[in-house]
Amino acid sequence: MKTLLTVAGAVVALFLTIAMFGTAGWDRPPLVTSQNGYRGTAMAQVETKADALEVKAENKAPEAAAPAEPGDDLAGKTYENVKVLQNLTTNEFNRLMVSMTEWVSPEQGCTYCHNTENMADDSLYQKRVARRMLQMTQHINATWKEKHVHEAGVTCYTCHRGQPVPANIWFTDPGPQARSGFIPRNNGQNLAKESVGLSSLPYDTLTEFLGKKDIDNTVIRVNATTALPEGRGKPIQDAEKTYGLMMHMSQGLGVNCTYCHNTRAISNWGESTPQRVSAWHGIRMVRDLNGDYLEPLQSTFPRNRLGALGDVPKINCTTCHNGVNKPLNGAHVVEAYPSLTKSTEIAAGTPPAPSGGTAVPAPAAPVPAAPPAPAPEMPAPKP
Amino acid sequence: MAMLSFEKKYRVRGGTLVGGDLFDFWVGPFYVGFFGVTTIFFSVLGTALILYGAAIGPTWNIWQINIAPPDLKYGLALAPLKEGGLWQLITFCAIGAFCSWALREVEICRKLGIGYHVPFAFSVAIFAYVSLVVIRPFLMGAWGHGFPYGILSHLDWVSNTGYQYLHFHYNPAHMLGVSFFFTTTFALSLHGSLILSSTNPPKGEVVKTPEHEDTFFRDTIGYSIGTLGIHRLGLFLALSAGFWSAVCIIISGPFWTKGWPEWWGWWLNLPVWR
Repeated sequence: MKTLLTVAGAVVALFLTIAMFGTAGWDRPPLVTSQNGYRGTAMAQVETKADALEVKAENKAPEAAAPAEPGDDLAGKTYENVKVLQNLTTNEFNRLMVSMTEWVSPEQGCTYCHNTENMADDSLYQKRVARRMLQMTQHINATWKEKHVHEAGVTCYTCHRGQPVPANIWFTDPGPQARSGFIPRNNGQNLAKESVGLSSLPYDTLTEFLGKKDIDNTVIRVNATTALPEGRGKPIQDAEKTYGLMMHMSQGLGVNCTYCHNTRAISNWGESTPQRVSAWHGIRMVRDLNGDYLEPLQSTFPRNRLGALGDVPKINCTTCHNGVNKPLNGAHVVEAYPSLTKSTEIAAGTPPAPSGGTAVPAPAAPVPAAPPAPAPEMPAPKP
Repeated sequence: MAMLSFEKKYRVRGGTLVGGDLFDFWVGPFYVGFFGVTTIFFSVLGTALILYGAAIGPTWNIWQINIAPPDLKYGLALAPLKEGGLWQLITFCAIGAFCSWALREVEICRKLGIGYHVPFAFSVAIFAYVSLVVIRPFLMGAWGHGFPYGILSHLDWVSNTGYQYLHFHYNPAHMLGVSFFFTTTFALSLHGSLILSSTNPPKGEVVKTPEHEDTFFRDTIGYSIGTLGIHRLGLFLALSAGFWSAVCIIISGPFWTKGWPEWWGWWLNLPVWR
């Protein structure tokens, strides 16, 4: 018996060892490293040469469309029901429409958004969403230029990458669903979710930190600001939530903690890198976009585009960054599309859609108590 | 200098690795030997370089003195003296001094006719140091990945190096190293308390024998490893702690560049419960 157990144990250990060496996805030199702190502080980014080349190739900006022929007639006059781009010349408008098709629905073509019998028709929800997304793109390039996107700017392609639904969107994660009398109580953690890099940290930090627009600006900060405690401070659970968010940011940008922080004093701005300022604004930008542009689309999206709790698909750092510190390797994508750099807000009160779709933030009636059964076509929330 | 009564018997000629009889003598209680000379040479030179580095640095505050490795841009080349070259020289001196000391221990073992356990154990500590400042920087392609010489600065380096892999507690070799460190101190405390108990009996009683010691542990946990065994176990635990620490830092970077939590994907993806 003892021998048998020993042999069985040795066999299990052998198989686990083989699985560990074979399937963990180990890296190997040569590496490319870059320094972002004083020498010897170990503030450095580390990746393999092979990974660096692969990531670079995967994040190439598409060629800009050839410049439009000059013309005088405006799209708002030429076509009906043009709300956002009415001051573009017709040629410029058509050029942008063609580019948008390539960026968002290259396979589905114009019909993904348009009723080809009447291009002005707003009956497809995709068109109503696209209109709001156009405004969002303009808003990002105009309002967030100095603070976050700078000269590079964004186009639809920054997130969409040739897919109608961007690969990296997120929904509120309800966690394990109670199906029996037992209600799993895991404090929202310990599930090795990808949203926190497979760690045991709280996996739904995005809802709290990035989902809302009006949020206490110090909610992420958990470090004490004084050398000695002067009160109760924040509980360790809050620190873990913040850690979870930071895991997301690292993964989304393909960087490690030392890209922004000197971890000897994580909260200290004086010891942080300039990138942390960009990231700080980025967090605010994402909250702004989720709150003002995505949330209000809840009644516009059909049920199968919403999350398990009936919430809209939302954006996070990964949505644009796709694993690179500068989206699309820092290409100045918006330069060729000046029409995307100025905000165009439709006057409040103008219902943009005939079928009840509201594009402006209005106290839209929440989806009436949608049963939390996941719809079949819904892109599954990230595990 | 006073000599213990039995010491004379062990002060024998020979057993040297290098230099024959040339350095085979004692200064007071200390054996010299060829490697004693090289130890002195490297440690005096290295310490002088550290003092020089402190002198050209911004502070004499003992906590803040910092001799940092070169910028990563120098790769595996030599750096200017004041921009990391000093660190390179000091590293060379440190390795020279540590290895000389280990070889001097070997010579003494040969004189005494005992096993090489002491130099072997010290070699594991040297291996851990060399992993940090030579093996890993070499594999990563720049001396700048070594740790800086300074009381606080090297701790800052440890912190940032851990955060380079997002959450270092998920590093499997780090887990093993930490477990062995805790276990070796636990074993030492058990052993130390046992020895103190048996050699300090209550007034009027005699010092206890190993039979008492064995019985205490057999009664407490059902097993006693014995007087010789505890020292073998202690050596194994202590060396394992140092060895796995070295492994945990060598694999961080050269063989794993992402966050350590992600490494456990292989476990989550085992066909048993995938």
